[in-house]
Amino acid sequence: MRDFFLTPDEVQALALSLKVSSVAVFAALPFAVAAALFLTRVRFPGKTVVDAVIHLPLVLPPVAVGFLLLVLLGTRSGLGGWLYQAFGIRFVFSWTGAALACGLITFPFQVRAIRLALEGADPGLDDAARTLGAGWLDRLVNVSLPLALPGIVAGVITAFAASLGEFGAIITFVSNIPGETRTLPLAIYTALQTPGGEAEAARLSLISIGLALSFMTLAESLRRRPRA
Amino acid sequence: MSVEVELRHRFGAFALDVAFRTERAGVTALFGPSGAGKTSVINAIAGLFKPRHGRIAVEGRAVLDTPSGIFVPAVARRTGYVFQDARLFPHMSVADNLRFGWKRAEHRCAEAQIAHVIEMLGLRELLERRPLSLSGGEKGRVAIGRALLSSPDILLLDEPLAALDAARRAEIVPYLERLRDQARLPIFYVSHNVDEVARLADDIVMLRGGRVVAQGSVFDLLTRINSEIEPVGAVLATNVAEHRDGLTVLRFDGGELYVPRLKRESGARVRVRIRAEEIMLAREEPKAISANNVLPATVTAIGGAAQADVQLAIGRVHLVARITRASVARLELQPGVGVFAVVKSVIVDSSQ
Repeated sequence: MRDFFLTPDEVQALALSLKVSSVAVFAALPFAVAAALFLTRVRFPGKTVVDAVIHLPLVLPPVAVGFLLLVLLGTRSGLGGWLYQAFGIRFVFSWTGAALACGLITFPFQVRAIRLALEGADPGLDDAARTLGAGWLDRLVNVSLPLALPGIVAGVITAFAASLGEFGAIITFVSNIPGETRTLPLAIYTALQTPGGEAEAARLSLISIGLALSFMTLAESLRRRPRA
Repeated sequence: MSVEVELRHRFGAFALDVAFRTERAGVTALFGPSGAGKTSVINAIAGLFKPRHGRIAVEGRAVLDTPSGIFVPAVARRTGYVFQDARLFPHMSVADNLRFGWKRAEHRCAEAQIAHVIEMLGLRELLERRPLSLSGGEKGRVAIGRALLSSPDILLLDEPLAALDAARRAEIVPYLERLRDQARLPIFYVSHNVDEVARLADDIVMLRGGRVVAQGSVFDLLTRINSEIEPVGAVLATNVAEHRDGLTVLRFDGGELYVPRLKRESGARVRVRIRAEEIMLAREEPKAISANNVLPATVTAIGGAAQADVQLAIGRVHLVARITRASVARLELQPGVGVFAVVKSVIVDSSQ
């Protein structure tokens, strides 16, 4: 019976996962909106390359992304060292680093969903807003983005769910520190490495499955909802 | 309120080359078959389309002048555009849609004016609704209100009735008539339906294949024969003269028409239409006939195709009767001959 209840360590891992994923997704959102707008509204040569770069984290081994972040933002690297010296900002071995890694890995999910929503919007409404005297920022804030809202929310939820499952980039970039960077997947991995940890791994896996399933169902139902 | 339009543009094999001007507030119909370039013309007036060459001036002020590089963007043009598909913002209530352009207008009209427009277009019951829940006719009315409240210099209507069934059209036309009579601004009305144009327009610019093929007042242009437009029997501007014997007497420039009693004060302006098929011709004045209107007229021209279109003059107005070639021969009709036009039925539109 005892096997069904979470230990304090497991609760900590779950809470950390939720915190890391929330921060990751919401910090990446403005950039995802900007990238989606850029890809839908701006025409320029070499757009395909930019598009590919944005989608790169989707296909790159997460471990490689983690390694890349370590090289770029480690305290001994140029950029990472400067951030630490000048502002005391340190990503390595910190939950903020885990959030950064998750945000980057799940960035394509957000961009894709928002872009689809923007492309699906009726361009005629934008013309109507123009004849009514609305400038581009006005139209963006009051027409395009509100109409794309279901897509944006779906993107956020998908990215959040995917972020909960991130393993490779986190363990490579910020290591596996209990209470700081040990999110659900890392906790499962650790449990499996421990003799007799199967029950814990099973509990955490079940939670992961439950979370993923509910978030994906929510995202899908939003995507299908007709515009009200 | 004068509006000058001059445009030249090529879309692949299609060349748009039009020039026209209007001198007064009122409805100018851009009339012609689909593919004539009508929508491109109003898109250019709205600033949604920039032609290769062109000049558009409103009261002498250029909003487009390609030689001197003037192009006022749509955002700053102050044109109210009623799109064929209404294009209401689906995420806003009707009230918010109505105020969208109002909020952004340079010179906002007074709150009282908002109430007036809501009243004129019958929108009071719809204010809290969402566009998705409106019928086609309701959407059209909201779109007209939204455009009007943006305090435009010009109003553009792109076939606002085309997507509607007959019942919805009948519902919205009276509002358009009120709009014509009350709005003191130039209105460009795109249509391919001659009945609609005869009922609503003051002037017609007829487009075909990207060119202007005819232009003139609705009263004149629709009663020409052998022209680009299939003639309507008559479009007459009349005034209510008096009510007598259950009938209303309408006076026009050249005669009188008797119609079933109208609920209008004497002096009220009423536009009437007569279909060419509804006019019979007689060489002698018919006696003991049920028709209320027998008008002495003179044949001015005969044209048409399989059926003959006989153009008649009554005073200063023209009528066209459509009769068979056999009747023309039997009555020995030719220009200059005096006849009696027997009008079987008159369609009474709203004011003006």
